[in-house]
Amino acid sequence: MAPVLEVQDLSVSYRRAGDIPQPALAGVSFELMQGEILGVLGESGSGKSTLAMTLLRLLAPNANVTKGAVLFEGKDLLQSNSEELRKVRGRRIALIFQEPVLALHPTMRAGEQVRQLLLAHNSVPQLSLNEEVRQIFDKIFLQDAERILRSYPHQLSGGQRQRVLIAQAIACNPSVIIADESTASLDPTITMEILGLFQRLKTQLNLAMIFITHNPALLAGFADRVMILYGGRVAELGPADAVLASPRHPYTQALFQAVPQSLDEDEQTRMEKLPSIAGEYSSSLPEGCCFEPRCAERMAVCSGHAPALTKVNQAHSAACFKYE
Amino acid sequence: MNRALNDNHDLHPILKVENLVKQYSRRNLASEREGVLALAGISFAIMPRTTVAVIGESGSGKSTLGLCVASLESPTSGRIWFEGKDVGELSQNERRQLRSQIQLIFQDPANSLNPRWNSLELLIEPLVLQRKINRDEMKRHAHSLLEQVGLPPEILERSPMEMSGGQRQRLAIARALALDPKLVILDEALSALDCSVQAQIANLLMELQINLGISYLFITHDLAMAAHLASEILVLDRGMLVEQGTTEKILRQPHDETTRRLLQSTPRMIRPAHPVWER
Repeated sequence: MAPVLEVQDLSVSYRRAGDIPQPALAGVSFELMQGEILGVLGESGSGKSTLAMTLLRLLAPNANVTKGAVLFEGKDLLQSNSEELRKVRGRRIALIFQEPVLALHPTMRAGEQVRQLLLAHNSVPQLSLNEEVRQIFDKIFLQDAERILRSYPHQLSGGQRQRVLIAQAIACNPSVIIADESTASLDPTITMEILGLFQRLKTQLNLAMIFITHNPALLAGFADRVMILYGGRVAELGPADAVLASPRHPYTQALFQAVPQSLDEDEQTRMEKLPSIAGEYSSSLPEGCCFEPRCAERMAVCSGHAPALTKVNQAHSAACFKYE
Repeated sequence: MNRALNDNHDLHPILKVENLVKQYSRRNLASEREGVLALAGISFAIMPRTTVAVIGESGSGKSTLGLCVASLESPTSGRIWFEGKDVGELSQNERRQLRSQIQLIFQDPANSLNPRWNSLELLIEPLVLQRKINRDEMKRHAHSLLEQVGLPPEILERSPMEMSGGQRQRLAIARALALDPKLVILDEALSALDCSVQAQIANLLMELQINLGISYLFITHDLAMAAHLASEILVLDRGMLVEQGTTEKILRQPHDETTRRLLQSTPRMIRPAHPVWER
């Protein structure tokens, strides 16, 4: 299967006061396959949102792409001019943000917000615009599509607002959707409904998806592959089942152990201390492996230079000297 | 039996709530008054040194319950006893003392801590308000509070905006502990934190419970964390207490439809045999 999107050796840094560049991504490489959901898992400071913004070149003015390439439909998006980018953004690659309250126009009806998008991209003849909007809403809302289409965002529930954003995202038939923490503010039952909707759209529209989250438990049974980011670097990458069931990187292992498994445990093990990772993430990247200061398995070599992503088996790799 | 219950020699509940009703009134589009029932007759009790979790979806009334217990909202009807005293019948002075005994911690300390103050000012404000001790003692007290929550002393000069999310929540906990509360209400206090930080703060909360004998009312939508921390769980749905019981009972023999739905939609690390979308 051919990759739809290929990210090569991507590095991004932010300029801060005092002119010391603050690295946010360092040498990130991965491929996104057609029709796959790639779960990107990372905590604060891991660079996951910077990654989403870099793919569409929506970075803040003080950000600087220092090297790398983002290959999409035969072009490097990092070399494209603004005219070419406009044809990609929202049309071929769509982005779904975290806070639907902020992302939607407060005084515009939901249907109109999708219609404007179709209009801007000229993807549908004027006369059939309304019909097209109606069809998109029917795909996303199994009931009540007509009412929701005519509602203002404040008249909708959190889950419905999130679905309006998804309607916008699929409006122009993109081949890639990037969802950045798009379920973080929702109730668990609504989150599961949205994940189900993503699954359905993936199959129906043959979409590829980058699903960014800080919650590892959301990825089980949902993502096809998982990429773990720590300190702006790829710590681990592999099939979701393999990574979630038997993580290889010490960070991934420690992170998964910190998640309470209370629902699957018996009475004795609940209310025990959770095995947590010592210390805090520090944004000043060391010379060596960025997890080295907190790692329980650190070796002498770890502080010298950063480990490369190494294959632990055919499809599964981890950036740790244990496997080099 | 769990540790917290074993240590419990006191058989009187620290908090008892009976038939608590909270009705808000609002004006509808025709400017007519209409009642919104946020809590429809809730009864439960919290024993000393234990954690009771309240779970439910947005709009279930769980935050309103926390505010009523903290006397920040007055209930429409129903009674609340704290340490055997009827809160509704307290004098103004007694009520003031009660406020120091029940503390609240919210989801995002970036919003609940004054960004213009440094940690020292934030920590001694409760002491000043309750006119407890002189300034030198206050400083000593601030240092020991920081130690209790695992923050380094240099934090005292920093403002909340110069801290990480985990440090800020530790500071909010330290501030809540300043007046030696007996009950701490945690309203989604772990929800905004990263997984690894959640685990650290959850451990800290359990440690403080053992060392200081605090009780917690743990309000959350995260059933997995609720089950990890609490010995008893209350399930709210649209203002009604639809199920209550020991954690074991709620997890293994859920009776109510809402409880079952919450259990099914709690994400787990183990790949589900039948994901929700395949049902």
